[in-house]
Amino acid sequence: MDSQIKGVSTGTTILAVTFNGGVIIGSDSRASIGGSYVSSKTINKLIQVHDRIFCCIAGSLADAQAVTKAAKFQISFHSIQMESPPLVKAAASVLKELCYNNKEELQAGFITAGWDRKKGPQVYTVALGGMLLSQPFTIGGSGSTYIYGYADAKYKPDMSKEECLQFATNALALAMGRDNVSGGVAHLVVITEEGVEHMVIPGDKLPKFHDE
Amino acid sequence: MLEESSEPGWLSEEVKTGTTIIAIEFDGGVVLGSDSRVSAGETVVNRVMNKLSLLHDKIYCALSGSAADAQTIAEMVNYQLDVHSIEVGEDPQVRSAATLVKNISYKYKEELSAHLIVAGWDKRAGGQVYVTLNGLLSRQPFAVGGSGSSYVYGFVDAEYRKAMSKEDCQQFVVNTLSLAMGRDGSSGGVAYLVTIDEKGAEEKCILGNELPTFYDQ
Repeated sequence: MDSQIKGVSTGTTILAVTFNGGVIIGSDSRASIGGSYVSSKTINKLIQVHDRIFCCIAGSLADAQAVTKAAKFQISFHSIQMESPPLVKAAASVLKELCYNNKEELQAGFITAGWDRKKGPQVYTVALGGMLLSQPFTIGGSGSTYIYGYADAKYKPDMSKEECLQFATNALALAMGRDNVSGGVAHLVVITEEGVEHMVIPGDKLPKFHDE
Repeated sequence: MLEESSEPGWLSEEVKTGTTIIAIEFDGGVVLGSDSRVSAGETVVNRVMNKLSLLHDKIYCALSGSAADAQTIAEMVNYQLDVHSIEVGEDPQVRSAATLVKNISYKYKEELSAHLIVAGWDKRAGGQVYVTLNGLLSRQPFAVGGSGSSYVYGFVDAEYRKAMSKEDCQQFVVNTLSLAMGRDGSSGGVAYLVTIDEKGAEEKCILGNELPTFYDQ
């Protein structure tokens, strides 16, 4: 599906996983044109849309940037009106509206993850046509195909932060190892009530598996 | 995709074993595994097909791709191996079987669309697994194939360890098949396992409700 995207695409691997007390959102860092030219090795696909809410993008980079820019504006306006930090669900709904109303023109899918006072850590997926779904964890992008089996086998509810970091890092490393349009470094953001922590794991520090 | 078609899919669609197949070596033999679903478009035309086909006493192959192409290749190689083993006067090598499969796959590359994984035991090199995708021949410690294999590349990369025991290999195969069948619409049904070692080949069938379950199942 990604090979039909014209222009720069984030053929990619993105994921978001809840753990006990927070959520981790992660992605690779490769942007490619036509699946054969890597136009950026170090792009950050984790966009902060509010203090404790991030989203990550898969699909056409131009579409994704346009949508997140509009979403960021709408979410901060909404939060000023409500005089409180936005709910993660509200942020995800803003993205969903944009995707659904423009479904003919857009080719991008989103994962929204964050923490709010009402429900704690949450993960939402907005699929290509505009469907909104809440899940304990989710994976997306072209590289995600290769790690469905791994994620199904290894995810456990209520993990600790360290276990969750290991799970997310392993999943990204495995996907980057098999998908030729995912690669570069792994970006990880840990969101909890206390704050936001951004980690970058360079290619050579990623976990290695049996044939590497 | 809601299409108003009065004709069922299986009358017009090609029959494919969109599938998950896997083979893995252990010290002293191999384990092969497959699902059992055969589809023609959106219809499942056979839900209990055994895709592990005998090529010789201790050599099996796992079929994927077009069902007709794969079965034909397996039958041809079965015949050619019988002739060959009489000529050399002993059991054929796994490498010979794989080479015969590769020769057909490569020569008729444009016409055929099937991928066979060949695995077995012989007394010269023990347990061996060969892939013959598109006409190449390559020995690997383990191999996965078919449409369902995409979903489990991450899992097998993470879980494979060198020098696993026979029971570990069987568990590895069953887990992998179960995960792939859970995600791939073209894989499903029951799991077939064949374990081949010096003593011979042992076939096993694991029913759907006896397969391991994972998170959210």
